[in-house]
Amino acid sequence: MPYTIKPDQGYDTDVESLDYLKGHVDTGDRWTLNFGPQHPATHTTLRLVLELDGERVARCTPHIGYLHSGFEKLAEHMDYNQYVTIVSRMNYLSPIANDICWHHAVEKLLDIDITPRCKVLRTIMAELARIQDHLLCCGAAALDLGGFTAFLYGFNQRERVYDICDFIAGQRYHPDWTRVGGAMQDLPDEAVFKKMVKRFIDEELAQAIADMENLLMRNRIFIDRVANIGQISKQEAIAWGLSGPCARASGVERDLRKDEPYLCYARNWDGQGAEPVDFKVIVHEDGDAFARFHVRMEEMKQSAHIVRQLIDDIPGGPIDTFADGKMVKPDKKDVYGSIEGLIQHFEIIMSNRGWDTPVAEVYGANETANGELGYYIVADGGPRSFRAHTRPPSFMNYATMARLTEGHLLSDIVAIIGSLNVVAAELDR
Amino acid sequence: MPAAKPHKPNLDHPTLKLVKEKFPDTKFKATEYRGQTSLIVAPQDFHEVMRFLRDDERCAYDFLSECFGIDYLNYPAPQPGRFAVVYNLVNTKTADRFFVKVYVDPSLPTDGIEKDPALVIDSVCDLWPSAEWPEREVFDMFGIRFNDHPDMRRILTWEEYPGHPLRKDYPLRGRGEREHFKIVDRSDA
Repeated sequence: MPYTIKPDQGYDTDVESLDYLKGHVDTGDRWTLNFGPQHPATHTTLRLVLELDGERVARCTPHIGYLHSGFEKLAEHMDYNQYVTIVSRMNYLSPIANDICWHHAVEKLLDIDITPRCKVLRTIMAELARIQDHLLCCGAAALDLGGFTAFLYGFNQRERVYDICDFIAGQRYHPDWTRVGGAMQDLPDEAVFKKMVKRFIDEELAQAIADMENLLMRNRIFIDRVANIGQISKQEAIAWGLSGPCARASGVERDLRKDEPYLCYARNWDGQGAEPVDFKVIVHEDGDAFARFHVRMEEMKQSAHIVRQLIDDIPGGPIDTFADGKMVKPDKKDVYGSIEGLIQHFEIIMSNRGWDTPVAEVYGANETANGELGYYIVADGGPRSFRAHTRPPSFMNYATMARLTEGHLLSDIVAIIGSLNVVAAELDR
Repeated sequence: MPAAKPHKPNLDHPTLKLVKEKFPDTKFKATEYRGQTSLIVAPQDFHEVMRFLRDDERCAYDFLSECFGIDYLNYPAPQPGRFAVVYNLVNTKTADRFFVKVYVDPSLPTDGIEKDPALVIDSVCDLWPSAEWPEREVFDMFGIRFNDHPDMRRILTWEEYPGHPLRKDYPLRGRGEREHFKIVDRSDA
């Protein structure tokens, strides 16, 4: 079945209608190529069935689901804290951003306003996660096209973000750091945390971005491979549901940090009239693979700018909203050292206890590195969600794959996949 | 914890008024919670309402963020039907968000994969091409089909999958699909 959607509605992407193909003679001799699911450029498991005319893609049919693991079914059987371990496995390039988004939705459901300290720490971690994701994506965009050095410069510095996650949560890859109304623990040592973050932002990241820009931004070979490839207009980007850097690269001025502000992006986030953090929304007009790459490079600088505003003035006080209440798990020290702590621990852990949620539905979304990540929670009054739907940005972005590739050469496909930054675990859930 | 007070929805979202003006004879329901408003539409009126929400310049919901299904089997609050499909609409100029829900009730037992004529909704792929994959996912996970969908196939599970896994009567660990997987060898390949 070709990927044409109602030709009369103007979204026909039939190969013959593209400007790109002007002057191209259809040989009428088409052949089919199976691309993936095991291929170094498919970033885990993506499969495309390509109908080729010579070397040109006449039809592209993506097949997904090779990594489907039933995350949303699992959500119905895990409580609001346990499910954080699953969400951080969705977009594993920036796992902590998923944690923050999931608990953002849960806190919206329970009407919890988290403490200023927690807001600042979550904002810092969300921005570090964005940098972490973009460093890999920009590096991999070059890697897929043969630029191995730029990839290593980016990948090397991602390790520093893992170190920070390791420091605050005890796990480097899947921190599972947030909890309802707070975090699993306060910072082990605030001075060390500040030092680590500052060193990363001011020295290591700045150097990595400069290196990658020097290698790629004026690199004739790289630009020839990505400029005018996988182009999509603003109107189409909106109609196809693109979000995040992919949409902004087509000129869509949409960023949930500005449109539906949360955490420190909102006005008066500390309850004492604090201004929202200052940053610019990066928008590019071209809408091609190079624009998506360029938007991500610039967004990293904006993220660093946000972190710099917050890192020096982390508010004091508790990180958990209910530090004195019954809603958070007590410190391990209290669990093993006092009877009250032990009782409260079991009050939270036991499957017939936990939160009294409203019988209601909420949708909470964050702007993550890939775009709008949202969770729609249907609560039935118990400690587990009745249904927790994920709005995965990779899924909606990857749906345009057929539209973006048709008419291009086979070798352009890796450039387009790289520029969309599809994460299969989030795509298939 | 004291019993929570019943929630009183605040239904002054401007879009609700516009929809009511445009379709004076049609019955709608609406809910609101934490500032997010949902409009509940009957399946026969659904496509017209969605077209209005996209094309009317006062609504102008040009961005379909996603759509997904919900199975309300044994849900504590009464619902107009067993399955709901929720559409999450955004106006990219005003950043306004609006939810549209359609409820359908099955006419056949829901433990199989028979084609149920009652579980059909009009597709909105002609209005927003972004609806294509999410609607396929709803079909895959809940068995709700979409009229005029360009490519109504399963998307996450494989084509012969004998169930719709996100239905509430589908067990968490499956019905043995993993153990009784069909093995293809060279003789019948």
